[in-house]
Amino acid sequence: MKRNTDFSELARNSGEWLRGTGPESDIVISSRIRLARNLADFPFIRRCSDEDRISIERTVRARMEAIEDWQDIRYVDIEQLSEIDRQFLVERQLISREIADADGSRAVAIDPHEQYSVMINEEDHLRIQVMHSGLDLNSAWDRINALDDKLEGAILYAYHQKYGYLTACPTNVGTGLRVSVMLHLPALVITQQIEKVFRSMQRINVTVRGLYGEGSQYTGDFYQVSNQITLGHSEEDLVSLVGDNVVPRIIEYERKARDFLISQGQKDLHDDVSRALGILSTAKKISSEETMHYLSKVRMGVNLGLINDVAVGTINKLFIHTQPAHLQKLHGRLLGSSDRNVERATYLQRHLSGSVGPGELN
Amino acid sequence: MKCQYCEKPATFHITELTEPNGPQVMHLCEEHARGFLQKDSSSPAVSVAGALAKQLNLGQTKKELAELDQKECPVCGISFFEFRNTGRLGCPYDYTHFESDLEPLLTNIHDSLEHCGKKPRRAAASADSQATMIQLRREMEEAVEREDYERASEIRDELKQIEDASSKDTSAKDVNPADTGGTDTSGTESGDAS
Repeated sequence: MKRNTDFSELARNSGEWLRGTGPESDIVISSRIRLARNLADFPFIRRCSDEDRISIERTVRARMEAIEDWQDIRYVDIEQLSEIDRQFLVERQLISREIADADGSRAVAIDPHEQYSVMINEEDHLRIQVMHSGLDLNSAWDRINALDDKLEGAILYAYHQKYGYLTACPTNVGTGLRVSVMLHLPALVITQQIEKVFRSMQRINVTVRGLYGEGSQYTGDFYQVSNQITLGHSEEDLVSLVGDNVVPRIIEYERKARDFLISQGQKDLHDDVSRALGILSTAKKISSEETMHYLSKVRMGVNLGLINDVAVGTINKLFIHTQPAHLQKLHGRLLGSSDRNVERATYLQRHLSGSVGPGELN
Repeated sequence: MKCQYCEKPATFHITELTEPNGPQVMHLCEEHARGFLQKDSSSPAVSVAGALAKQLNLGQTKKELAELDQKECPVCGISFFEFRNTGRLGCPYDYTHFESDLEPLLTNIHDSLEHCGKKPRRAAASADSQATMIQLRREMEEAVEREDYERASEIRDELKQIEDASSKDTSAKDVNPADTGGTDTSGTESGDAS
């Protein structure tokens, strides 16, 4: 494990989960699974003293360091990071906003491919998460299960014979498992069918949320579907509930809505997505909100074959790289909101005008 | 139909599944729907508090509720009142200490009371030994603070014994011995506390 807080390389690259590949990747951005775990011999975070938190962080780090084949893992002391670096890791989805904003000793271990990260001293002592591109929950589960086994070999978890893995919030007890699939559903939004999707899931114990809760920022038609319950079903059943039962149905609805939009007037749709691309490629300054809005349209245009010269991976990357902390990391210095709008427009132009190929990242 | 927050037409009819009282339909205009969907998704505390409020109001008199609120966990000291307000428990032993009060809540949230998923490959320590470990650790921190290193060292050995006992329980059953070895190589946490 390496102590490393230089994120410049990370900022230039994009994580595996943003590749824009994998099953159903025209609609499913990523599959994420997280496990909540606590050490058996400490109070939960809320009742921890500062010394407890330090001790948990040191204990977990020492035990992670002893895990074979973890040499390439980057270990980051979040308490020592600047606000912009914390924000950067949030945008990258490697840490939660909660741990970024918390106080006291806390850390994250990050896989170099950004497929998994382990947060220490979040709401629970450990939050392990795995992210894959596209709809790929079964392999995400296999991977996180193996990771959990490795950590469990070194750490005594808080576990109850009846209630399973014990967590700070009773909504996570049992498996501690949250399966989340991030979906891009622009056609369901345009056709105002998204409410039907919510309604159809009424009795299935899943939650649907917009992506990123950042103030007034536009969601770009991204929705996250997660299991609601964690106790009383096996991990495999919960993975299957979301991955085999719920998500394929939503994908089907979105595909039908896209077909409907095309049948209703391909020219209009083509015009709409082309204008979006035009604005993104030529604007001289552009807000984060507008960028999300137009990128969402372009992404749909690419997936419907109406726009041919932009890769989905490029669009996925632009969603993340045009956010405030990423822009500033890429630019190499702090920027005010107005300067960011100019820098964002320049960045978009470089990537969408063909002057930077999909493989190049800067 | 109008949006339930303003005068605009309600174009979104969102079914909120996480409400403690069961699914609830919200009728919202586009702007309010967006705001609603962007709401922090990590706020189970709100639903826990809501579920508890409902559950407690139904079954208890004011006096009974006041008594329950004062109930405290002997290990972490959290009161039921604090849990009710924050939605967060204080330590693993709370699940044992507040068991009868928590069970209706767990049923309400999960519709189940029995974990049937993965089990740790190392045997878990019992609720009592987890409680003992937390208390011992606290005592150890206090001993270090008053520079009583001899007592701290005794407690460290005691902690290690409890943890090793759990590991041995499992190795006797079906665990890969390599896994239990992990405990020894990394040492106990006591060094970290000092």
